[in-house]
Amino acid sequence: MSQVSEATPALEAIGIHKRFGGVVANDDVNLRVEKGRIHALLGENGAGKSTLVNILFGLYRADRGEVRVAGEVVNLGRPRDAIDRGIGMVHQHFQLVPVLTVAENVVLGDEPSRSHTMFDFGAARRAVQELGERYGLEVDPEAVVEDLPVGTQQRVEILRSLYRRADVLILDEPTAVLTPQETDQLLEVLRGLADQGVAIVFITHKLREVLAIADEVTVMRDGRVVGSTTPGETDEAGLAEMMVGRSVVLRVSKTPASPAATVLRVNDLCVDDDRGLRAVNELSLEVRAGEILGVAGVEGNGQRELVEAVTGLRSVVSGIVEMDGHNITGLSPRQISELGMAHIPENREKHGLVGAHSVADNLVLNQYYRAPFARRGFRRMDTVTEHSRSLVADYDIRTPDVFTPARALSGGNKQKTIAAREFSQGARLLVAAQPTRGIDVGSIEFVHQQLIDQRDRGLAVLLISAELDEILSLSDRIGVIYGGRLVVVADASDLDRIRIGRIMTTGSHDTPAT
Amino acid sequence: MGLVMADDAKHRNVLAAIVYRLRWWLVTGALLVAFTLWTGEFHQAQTTAILASTLRHSTPLVLGALCGMLGERSGVINIGIEGQMLMSAWGGFMVASATGDLLIGVLAGVAVGMLMGAVLAGISVGLRGDQIIAGTVLNIAAIGITSFFFTQGRTLPSGKLRPIRLGPLADLPVAGRVLFSNKPITYLTLLLVPVVWFGLFRTTWGLRTRAVGEHPSAAETVGISVVGMRYLNLILGGGIAGLAGAYLSLEAVGSFERGMTNGKGFVALAVMIFGRWNPIGAWGAALLFGYASAVQTQFQFRDWLTSDPQFVGMIPFVVTIVVLAGFVGRARPPASIGQPYSRE
Repeated sequence: MSQVSEATPALEAIGIHKRFGGVVANDDVNLRVEKGRIHALLGENGAGKSTLVNILFGLYRADRGEVRVAGEVVNLGRPRDAIDRGIGMVHQHFQLVPVLTVAENVVLGDEPSRSHTMFDFGAARRAVQELGERYGLEVDPEAVVEDLPVGTQQRVEILRSLYRRADVLILDEPTAVLTPQETDQLLEVLRGLADQGVAIVFITHKLREVLAIADEVTVMRDGRVVGSTTPGETDEAGLAEMMVGRSVVLRVSKTPASPAATVLRVNDLCVDDDRGLRAVNELSLEVRAGEILGVAGVEGNGQRELVEAVTGLRSVVSGIVEMDGHNITGLSPRQISELGMAHIPENREKHGLVGAHSVADNLVLNQYYRAPFARRGFRRMDTVTEHSRSLVADYDIRTPDVFTPARALSGGNKQKTIAAREFSQGARLLVAAQPTRGIDVGSIEFVHQQLIDQRDRGLAVLLISAELDEILSLSDRIGVIYGGRLVVVADASDLDRIRIGRIMTTGSHDTPAT
Repeated sequence: MGLVMADDAKHRNVLAAIVYRLRWWLVTGALLVAFTLWTGEFHQAQTTAILASTLRHSTPLVLGALCGMLGERSGVINIGIEGQMLMSAWGGFMVASATGDLLIGVLAGVAVGMLMGAVLAGISVGLRGDQIIAGTVLNIAAIGITSFFFTQGRTLPSGKLRPIRLGPLADLPVAGRVLFSNKPITYLTLLLVPVVWFGLFRTTWGLRTRAVGEHPSAAETVGISVVGMRYLNLILGGGIAGLAGAYLSLEAVGSFERGMTNGKGFVALAVMIFGRWNPIGAWGAALLFGYASAVQTQFQFRDWLTSDPQFVGMIPFVVTIVVLAGFVGRARPPASIGQPYSRE
């Protein structure tokens, strides 16, 4: 068993209970975090991890139980109390003011000032520089936060906690928004902080990260702690089983593809981004029926613009997009959709669902206006309800009923809703962008299996993902996008993780030209 | 020595940067002055009259805009400025008329404005009500209350506020009458513009205000009370709107009339937006509006260019529209305005 430390834990939660209405979010939860150690808190979405850390940070108040900081029982009524006890938190949705500078964000609330009124920007800038040098977190203090990439914004969040002398740092799903490279950098920074004595609580549902960085692991499920372990004692399969409560297929099994006719053909496509800069540059690709073409790449290399151009959401500068031999360049998204293109968008809240509308309405969002869901301009609600009930059952969408607003669903169930809608209209081609971002292991398994099943039924799939594991486990052929160009396209069996990673980051490949 | 020189260079750069940033305002200002001189045909008296009138017309607009700005910078839309001004104009007048003391009247106006600000805060922040409705309530209540309690025939025993001549400066040609022999609230307004700017952009209060208006939950997680900041700013803003009300009844007109704000509270909101939620910008925008009003008044007074009065009368408004549309550009309001804030 793991060794029990004699020292007083930096942070301890004992017997925490918390309920929201009828839902028990935390049920007798215990957590013990040691100084200088990285403690991973693992669990699916809705397992109660966020509730627990929000209690530890004073955002929620526990119904029962106590929190101890360095052995002392504390009353955390609001975030200020937690901050004053040396607890810092990096929130899943960054709590930074986008229009302010890095320095202003770091010191906000504890500003250096002259005669208690005038804000001393120079002192704030120096503080940020000093902290950055000391912890290896260099950020330009005068940069405006909204101009910074996500990974850098996260560093600002960490700096903000360090500025308040946090010796316990809680990170709520810090890697959910990061690219693989940024994730590696973050893990390095966290290791450095732990070496300097900071206790770290690291919330995640990514097993690889837990094994890579954690000293201890606590697993939560349905509001309870279901086990504690260390990376040395377990492996990915073991952790996944603890987390989900049953054994999970981490790598989908699939038979070799039997590709048929070309469905999607993109020829010399050029697309500009929102700022008018060339994002996709003379890109060509083909996807055949019954195969999955995976496009790997660090985010921001033209993936978004490629997807939007293919699905008709963004205008094309030059080049041709063909589907089943028809030129679809410049057609409206609805025309393209009616020709048989399904789309799982990257941002499901923003582009995939209408959050305020019911699950039923969202399930017919691409065909609500036509038979059998509408007749002579009037919607036929009975048909819609019946259709959506059967999809909810088929796709195992966990929702109180089909009239619940879509925004109330968990991330995984939102994604299942989108998948159900897109798969149910008999599409010929699926464009899936980041289809499993930020959803729990159980839902990932489901979505992956669906992609393979649909492929086997003859669907052509263009899969775009920043998750290399996802690309590797699903794709029949893999292309790597870099600077708006497909640098390489090859059979999945000809590329390995290391080589793809190298091409993703450098844009060059070392194989001789054929 | 080296340090001093570096400081000098820095200051020169800062000055250059400010001039560059305000280049369009400066160009417009120069154009307007040129236009005024042209219409006045270098008759000093007419030029002076137009410029002085511009300043007078702009005063309640600037104050109203500053009031709206404090609210919106902390995340609360205030469309009740009109009502706050009207109540304060009435309250200030009634108190001044009863006590015979103008200073007490002005202070009463400010106090009424702050009270109105507190009511707005109570509804929109405390009770988390809809901010637009809360502002509308203020406007309707103000019209009702001031009309109901208005008594015909009241006067100010001591007359309205009188100009203060700033010594020899007041004897300068043109500038003397325009800038240095104004009435107290006009001076106070000219002082408030840089004070509010400094407050918003150079003090910890301002930093926190802007943080609360942009991203309230971020402010809350670093221990800033969102509710507290919004109450504070709405009450301060109410005080400034109160000053605008007192200006109307005690400084400009010298009596109270039903509905005497006549939409100035709403124009002030436009001024605030044109000024991009920045006191200096709002001041410039208010001067532009004030100038339009002043020129129009002048043309009515004197029968200038009678051959085509409509055309000439149109020019300042065309200038206003072109200038505002042309270079104010895309203004971005504080991100959280309009949304009630709650922690859980």
